[in-house]
Amino acid sequence: MSILVFADNSEGKFKKNAFEVTSYGKKVAELANTNLVVLTINADDTSELASYGAEKVLKISNEKLTPFNAKAYADAIQQAADKESADVVIIDSSINSLYLAPILAVNLEAGYASNVVAIPTSINPFTVKRKTFSSKAFNFTEFKTSKKLISLAKNSFGLVENSVTSSEEDFSITLNDDFNVNSTSVEKTSGKVTIADADIVVSGGRGLKGAENWGMIEDLAEVLGAAIACSKPVSDLGWRPHSEHVGQTGKPVASNLYIAIGISGAIQHLAGVNSSKVKVVINNDPEAPFFKAADYGIVGDAFEVVPKLIEKLKDFKSNQ
Amino acid sequence: MKILVCISHVPDTTSKINFKDDNTNFDNNGVQYVINPYDEFMLTRAMWFKEKQGATVTVVNIGNASTEPTLRKALAIGADNAIRVNTEATDGFFVAKQLAEVIKNDAYDLVLAGKESIDYNGGMVPGMTAAIIDYNFVNACIGLEVNESEATVSREIDGGKEILSTKLPLIVAGQKGIVEEKDLRIPNMRGIMMARKKPLQVIDPVAFESTTATVSYEKPEAKSACKMVDADNIEELINLLHNEVKVI
Repeated sequence: MSILVFADNSEGKFKKNAFEVTSYGKKVAELANTNLVVLTINADDTSELASYGAEKVLKISNEKLTPFNAKAYADAIQQAADKESADVVIIDSSINSLYLAPILAVNLEAGYASNVVAIPTSINPFTVKRKTFSSKAFNFTEFKTSKKLISLAKNSFGLVENSVTSSEEDFSITLNDDFNVNSTSVEKTSGKVTIADADIVVSGGRGLKGAENWGMIEDLAEVLGAAIACSKPVSDLGWRPHSEHVGQTGKPVASNLYIAIGISGAIQHLAGVNSSKVKVVINNDPEAPFFKAADYGIVGDAFEVVPKLIEKLKDFKSNQ
Repeated sequence: MKILVCISHVPDTTSKINFKDDNTNFDNNGVQYVINPYDEFMLTRAMWFKEKQGATVTVVNIGNASTEPTLRKALAIGADNAIRVNTEATDGFFVAKQLAEVIKNDAYDLVLAGKESIDYNGGMVPGMTAAIIDYNFVNACIGLEVNESEATVSREIDGGKEILSTKLPLIVAGQKGIVEEKDLRIPNMRGIMMARKKPLQVIDPVAFESTTATVSYEKPEAKSACKMVDADNIEELINLLHNEVKVI
C-alpha cells in the first residue's frame, strides 16, 4: 500500500501545483501511516520534490507522452499505481489533470472526488472535503471503493516544506501507438501570466465602461505580475475574450489576491472567485454587493483610484 | 449523425444554497431548476448540427420525474426526443454507467455534455462514460466541427487552446466558446407547444453500486466585515496587503 502523487510539469519544469500536491500527498501518507511515491512524466530535474516530502520519485520518460494525451497519461499513471500498489492517487486540478482523471478513475475502478480542499477528515472510511455548488458550499465525500482518486483544488492546501532523503527510480512503461485523439496545433498567448497560475488576479467589470479602458487594468496587472480577468457581462459584450471570464460559468479563481474593479459582485461572480484568499474591491457604488464578500474595499471612481494605485505600487515596488 | 446531449437538472445560478436534515440534504425549497448552463451551450451546438448537417438530437437525463420540465425545455429548444433514466443520481460514476448503457443501446455517433454541472461540479461524467464504452473523448472543448466521421475539436489549455483531430464515435465535454452566450435560444411558444408532443421515454436504470457517497454538507464560514480604505489613502491599502495579509 502507498500513496501515489502525480506531479505534472510544463515543458519539463514543475509549477507550484506540483509542489502543492506533493505536500498534500506527504500529509495524507502520514495520516494513513504509509509511504509516498511521486510520479513524474518527462520532467527535467526532479530533485526539488524532495523538499516537499517526496521520499520516492518514480520517473517516466516516454516520447509518446509529449504532447499531452489524456488517455496516454491515464494509462501511464495507472501503470505506476499498479506497480506501487497505490490505494490513493492524488493529482492537481490543472486543465490536463481534470481531462485525464475520469479516464484514470475508470481504469483503476476507483471512486473519484474532484475539487478536494483539505486533508481527509477520516482515513477509514476515507472521507474528503470538497467544494460543491460552484464554491457556494462544501460536501464531505466518503469513498466506498478500495482505490481512490483525488484531485486537489488549486491553492487549497499550500506548500509545506518537508525535506526528506529521496530516492529516484526510472520506470519504463508500454503504451499504444495511437490514442485516436491527436494534437494538431497549439496556440498560446506567450509571456502572459495565466489565471490558473497567477498568485494575483486583476479583474475588471462593466463599471469600466468599455474595452478601450482596459489599458489601466493591464498596467496594474503588469506592476503586480498579475493575470487579467473580467466579469461575465464584459466577455459577453466582447470587450474581453472568454478566456478571461471568471465566475460560476467561467474560470474559477483561487489566487492569493483578487482585485475586482468596477464589478458589482453578482452571486455567480462571487461563486467563481471566492476561493481566492484575499479580495479587494474598488467600486463607486458603496452598496455594491461585492463589498460584503470582500476583505478590503475602496469606494471611489475606478478612473481616479486605479491610476493612483498603479503609481503608489510602483513607488512601493521600487523601495522593496 | 445521431447526437445525444446529456442534460443535468440544476439549481439556477442565482440560487441561494441551503441544506436540511442536519446538513445531509440539499434544501430545494424555493429553488428554480434549469438546464445546466454548460449543457445548454452543448445543446445549442447540437441544434446547429441538426439544422446544418441534418443530425438528429436526443436529450437524456439521469433522474427522477422532477427533472422532466428541464427535459421538456430542451425539447422546446429543439431536441427531437428525450430519454430519462428513472433513478436518483448518486454519484458521477453511477451516472456514467447509466449513460454508457443508453449510448450503447442506441449507438450514438456524437455525445455532447457540459464539462461539469454547476451543482456537484464533479467534472467526471463525460470522461468516465467515454472510458467505459471506449469512445474518443475531449474535455474543456471550445470548438467542434464534424465532417463525415472526422472531428476537429479545440480545447482550452493553460494560456491558450489546442486543436485536436479525432474520429466518431466521440464524447465531447464543453463550455462557453463552443457557442456564444448570444447564440443560446429561449424557447418560443411554438417550440413549447411542440415539446409537449415529442417523445419522452422513461427507462429503468442498470444496477451499479455507487463508488462514493455524500455524507454531509457545509456552508462557507461567514465572512468578517470588509475593511474600508479611503480613496485618498491608497498607501494604506498597499500597507495592509503587504503587512497584514502578506499577499504583495
